[in-house]
Amino acid sequence: MEFVSHHAILVVSVVKIAVLLFIVLTALAYLTWFERKVVAHIQSRLGPVFTGPHGLLQPLADGLKFMFKEDVTPPGADRFVYVLAPLLSFSLAITALALIPFGPGTISILGQQKPLAIAHVSLGLLFLFAITSIGVYGVALAGWSSNSKYPLLGGLRSSAQMISYEVSLTLSVVGVLLMAGSFDFDSIIQSQSGRWLGFIPRWNLIPQIVGFLCYFTAALAETNRAPFDLPEAESELVAGFHTEYSSFKFAMFFMAEYANMITVSCLATVLFLGGWLSPLSSSWHWAWYLPSLLLILGGLATIVDGIWKMRGLARVILPFMGVVLIAVGLLCTRPGVIGVVQGPFWFLLKVFFLLFFYVWARGTLPRLRYDQLMDFGWKLLLPVALANLVITSLVVLLVNR
Amino acid sequence: MTLPILLFFVFAGIAVGGALSLIFAREPIHSALALILVMVALAVLYLLMGAGFISAVQIIVYAGAIMVLFVFVIMLLNAGVENRTQHSIMARWLGIPLAVFLIGDLAYWMARGAHALPLAERSGSLAAGPVSTQDLSLHLFQSYLFPFEITSILILIAVLGAVVLARREP
Repeated sequence: MEFVSHHAILVVSVVKIAVLLFIVLTALAYLTWFERKVVAHIQSRLGPVFTGPHGLLQPLADGLKFMFKEDVTPPGADRFVYVLAPLLSFSLAITALALIPFGPGTISILGQQKPLAIAHVSLGLLFLFAITSIGVYGVALAGWSSNSKYPLLGGLRSSAQMISYEVSLTLSVVGVLLMAGSFDFDSIIQSQSGRWLGFIPRWNLIPQIVGFLCYFTAALAETNRAPFDLPEAESELVAGFHTEYSSFKFAMFFMAEYANMITVSCLATVLFLGGWLSPLSSSWHWAWYLPSLLLILGGLATIVDGIWKMRGLARVILPFMGVVLIAVGLLCTRPGVIGVVQGPFWFLLKVFFLLFFYVWARGTLPRLRYDQLMDFGWKLLLPVALANLVITSLVVLLVNR
Repeated sequence: MTLPILLFFVFAGIAVGGALSLIFAREPIHSALALILVMVALAVLYLLMGAGFISAVQIIVYAGAIMVLFVFVIMLLNAGVENRTQHSIMARWLGIPLAVFLIGDLAYWMARGAHALPLAERSGSLAAGPVSTQDLSLHLFQSYLFPFEITSILILIAVLGAVVLARREP
């Protein structure tokens, strides 16, 4: 205990990292399930159904499968770089999440008041870009070190694409920076509090709608997602940069991609959607019970579904999960808890909404051709982001005068 | 030994080790990776001195943009393992004395400046404490406007040069 009281900051940080890591890894696994389900329904299929109720155990099965598969290193591969690439991709993707504030104020852990982010950095936005900008290496090095032609082409495509779209991504964010006047995530969110005409939330989404659209498009390309998933275009490049990867190294690339999706969505939430701010008026007290309401309704639906539609073990497991959800929902109405859950609830809801858009885009849009991709990035996205920047600075200048 | 000092030695060691392996690696990609490692370690050292902005920009610009292009070119040309020429006369008669002189010079100034203030206190508001966008833009667009513009023109020249080279008819 002596150690704990003397090094409280270290211990609390480690605890927070462990909790966030657990949550993020679970979320990653279920994001794959979510994506498969949504894309399947867009394409009039059912998606995973056999592994557990509604295929809910599919991520677990996939994870186990990846772990036990044979790990092949192609002959002629550069071993050191070959192993480094997936590690780099995954660790950088996870590290970026440490900077995201999931809620306002502080919570008390071990008697210490701590913000709801692992690291509260005043230059948060810059450091986030610093971490994500190194992420290119994972893909590029994977392509090179496999010593095979398709991965190399995929890696080359990917580095060119990521450099091109990073410019637009960064420029589209500068408008928000100008309006907030700070790199600090908390100040950026605070600058979006308040309302226009008494009911429209002052989120950056409305004045910066062009910036938001540029950001979201560039983010799709940055994370190598459809319709910009050229580095892994299966019709041309087999599987692109990770063709030669197998077993858990292959899984790490996928986890990195999904972690990047979460990071990018979190950043969009902070910058454009008001972060953890509630869209509803703070004078409406019933709005505080929305998280509980959602959880309880979800729990009831799970119980009904389990008892009436399922067979076998699922008839027990699903109602049990429903009861747990209802219990958590009731816990969220307690006076000490209800205030704490508001911020994270709205934050996660917005992130979830953006992730759904991601999946939606993948389910509906066809992949671009490579020259279309470059044309789009340099000849459309970049000028629009630049124009948005110029107009925003002009308006900020005139308003502040 | 306090935590910052410990971190300094760890990352200084990484920087020096990275720089050495940059020189001794035979494979061009390994050299490039070592250079990235040096840049990241330097960024941490800047951060330890309280220069958060410079640290972040170091990573974004050097490690995240310039080195990506290096790696890209090495991959595109598929540069093979370097051949070592055995002994360069220039390196022996000029290089070694120059290296000794450089190290001696650095050691001399470091020994003299050992009691000087930490960098964070000397270099003013940009280094110490949280940086607001206002401070930053005041420095960039007022105090250092001329160097800033000169740099922009330099980069513009490079861009034009690239366009001319790429457009040349075969």
